Amino acid sequence: MDYVAVIAVEVLNAIATLVLVSIGLAVIFGMMRVINLAHGEFIMLGGYAATMAVKWGIDIWLSMLVVAPLAVGLAGAVLERLVIRHLYGRMLDAMLATWGLSLLLVGLTTAFFGTTTQGVQSPLGATSIGSYSVSLYAAFVITMAAVVCLLLYVLLRHTHFGLRARSVMQNASMAAALGMHPKRTYAVTFALGAALAGLAGGILAPITGVVPTIGVAYVAKAFITVIGGGTSILAGTVAASTVFGTVNQLVSFVATPVIGEVALLAVAMVLIRLLPQGITGRFFRGRI
Amino acid sequence: MDVSEKAMRKHLPTFACLVAAVTAICVLPSAVETFTLVEFTVYAIMAIFSLSLAFAWGYGGILCFGQAAFFGAGAYAYAIGVLNVGESTVAMLLAVAVPMLLATVLGYFMFFGRISDVYLGVVTLTVTLILYNLANSTSGDQYRIGAAVLGGFNGMPSLPTLNVPGSPGRLLDSVQMFQVCVVCLASVYIGLRALLSAHFGRVVVAVRENELRANLLGYDARKYKLGAFVISGGIAGLAGGLFANWGAFTSPTVFGLAQSAQAIIWVIVGGVGTLLGPVIGCIAIQWLTAYLGTIGWVNPNLVLGLILVLFVLTIPKGLAPILFMPFQWLLRQRSQVGNHEGRIP
Amino acid sequence: MSESLLSATGLGISFGGVQALTGIDFRLAEGELRCLIGPNGAGKSTFFKLLTGQYRPTAGCVTIRGTVTAGLEPYQIARLGVGIKTQVPSVFDGLSVDENIWLAVRRITGAPAARNAVFDVLEETGLEHLSARQVGTLSHGQRQWVELALVVASRPSLVLLDEPAAGMSDDEVKRTAQLITAINRHCALIVVEHDMEFVQMIAQKVTVFNRGSILVEGTVDEVLADPRVRDVYLGRDLEMRV
Repeated sequence: MDYVAVIAVEVLNAIATLVLVSIGLAVIFGMMRVINLAHGEFIMLGGYAATMAVKWGIDIWLSMLVVAPLAVGLAGAVLERLVIRHLYGRMLDAMLATWGLSLLLVGLTTAFFGTTTQGVQSPLGATSIGSYSVSLYAAFVITMAAVVCLLLYVLLRHTHFGLRARSVMQNASMAAALGMHPKRTYAVTFALGAALAGLAGGILAPITGVVPTIGVAYVAKAFITVIGGGTSILAGTVAASTVFGTVNQLVSFVATPVIGEVALLAVAMVLIRLLPQGITGRFFRGRI
Repeated sequence: MDVSEKAMRKHLPTFACLVAAVTAICVLPSAVETFTLVEFTVYAIMAIFSLSLAFAWGYGGILCFGQAAFFGAGAYAYAIGVLNVGESTVAMLLAVAVPMLLATVLGYFMFFGRISDVYLGVVTLTVTLILYNLANSTSGDQYRIGAAVLGGFNGMPSLPTLNVPGSPGRLLDSVQMFQVCVVCLASVYIGLRALLSAHFGRVVVAVRENELRANLLGYDARKYKLGAFVISGGIAGLAGGLFANWGAFTSPTVFGLAQSAQAIIWVIVGGVGTLLGPVIGCIAIQWLTAYLGTIGWVNPNLVLGLILVLFVLTIPKGLAPILFMPFQWLLRQRSQVGNHEGRIP
Repeated sequence: MSESLLSATGLGISFGGVQALTGIDFRLAEGELRCLIGPNGAGKSTFFKLLTGQYRPTAGCVTIRGTVTAGLEPYQIARLGVGIKTQVPSVFDGLSVDENIWLAVRRITGAPAARNAVFDVLEETGLEHLSARQVGTLSHGQRQWVELALVVASRPSLVLLDEPAAGMSDDEVKRTAQLITAINRHCALIVVEHDMEFVQMIAQKVTVFNRGSILVEGTVDEVLADPRVRDVYLGRDLEMRV
């Protein structure tokens, strides 16, 4: 029974990690149909922001939850202005340009911080369920994923910004005719997506450490989760993360973590083949 | 325009390529030192790799984000083949055949499943990641195919290199290796030009132009895309096999995202929709990366990333239109029925 | 009905919960020219796409010379000898006119005969002077004619045209009508159209669609005189008259 509880926690942790890692990309893709391949690097930058903030004496919780998203959100706003703005409607060009951005950011970070892994201590210890030890940090990750989803839901459903954002997402020219500024909404949305990625990076930094190339692992999974999820930002991300996270974790238990990764990727390919519009292209349509 | 003039115009790029190749083979080995020749060899190998994507993307309209999957499959197929058979000829055939098989399976899954461009990018990206992960996880002696230990993230060192077909003892030296690679490059280029002038190639381009109309004319567009994809995979595999030879070594990085990214950058910089453009883009960027390596303080990723972003934003058609402008102007002056070969530089 | 070239029986299709077409019974004889008319949203284009294979029916079936077409891909239907022109011109904009036509004829003829076949089609459709032009640079009307050339190039026995005169000037419309009448000498045609003047130029028999089913069929004069057809076009609800 305890063993089941431990596995359940690990599976929820895997799902929560996927949600955190993917939600920023989902916001950007869902709102603007831009596939931001620099998303992994945003996560990486969030990790560096949190790590450096801790090194400079800022409390770790503040570093992870405030400094990281703010820093990366700002970086996202700048990049949107310089690069992304010119690529709306050109999906493949956006993919290529953001891939270039990702290389650029890796290069910049390597130049500044070198290639050695830096780390932060996990601020929480472990607890026990029966005779098994479970990391409390897993509980934190799961909680944060839930909080982020809830806040995002409230933002999109119950605020003016959310309403404007959703209307621009559904029909940009109509929104413009009604006096909204699609371009401004896009800029804010991109910054929001970047900030969410930064937040994920901050939260995950104590677990994995940071190195300039860590973004590569994240972007692929995020990309796959977002495409697998479909057009609904929240429902899609949560649904896809649940499927992929569960498969990943269970297969990792049975075999090795690497095989778990392979299983995740394989299931993603099959899912996209069966549901070309993603999960929310067929189920939960019209949800946020 | 009389017949001989028309024929000459149609075959000019092929002829020029042959001249360049023969010159390179005969002149360069004595003109440059061995170290430089070895550099040129890898440029030629990567140029073959760039042609594989130039064909699939520029002419077939298939933007494959994981072209390295076929490159790596070719490299590993060669490695496993040569270690088991002991002779390089069969191994090189495997280096072409195995990626083609992979492309057939993957292509069938994608094109007959009617997935869109973006999803195609996802799937191809995913496959290369799967292969990278699998290759990385094969550390330990139990992971072997026949006599070939896969070696995990350390890769497979000390591979036997190309020998004269039939005589396993007579290995090719670096001059001969260079010559073989140049011949392969020239053959692939000329072969692709011929393919694109033939019925098959023209339908592939038509499918890229307007898939619905191609279908309505009675062509099964899915089969043509699959065909283009498989050929592209085979060419990438050839490059991979030659690359494994070049370093006498292969490791999981041949499946890496960086390898795929490079191919995409070469094609964009060189010009999507041409064959020579990506070759030039490839050689230029390879040279630039090597040069940056000697400088040391400039990070290559930074420069490559900057180049990619700038090109997408400002020169999306790449260098080819600029470089070939004088030739294109000459060719466009007189155009005849069925004479579309002049448009494939 | 064994002399029918094309026949649809009980054909229907629904999208989500919307029944776009129901109970369509339709017969086309060899060499016949039929026009499909009806107000917007009546189901003409949906019916058209069911014939071309772009949509699959949810009820009933379509047969062309006895071959059931349900489940066939568009390219397979094309190979049955059906030429198709879509509502939005679907041509190879990046290629020249003769390259476009070459692709169409080359599937039927071998390589040596293709050149001559291209010349023939260019002559029939009056496009010789445009042969080297890139299709994307042509005017809208010229692009429609190029598409007509593509349609006839593979020598079909049935031609399906969706709004061939759309967006054309009066002169261009007359020319298109002449082209279609010429095409009709060799094959049967189904033409979806809005432009009633154009319909009167070419039509023998007309089928009127309304609200997902066939309202009436007959010659142009019969149909135009029918009060139900007038009501449908003027928007008066049929039920309310009772």
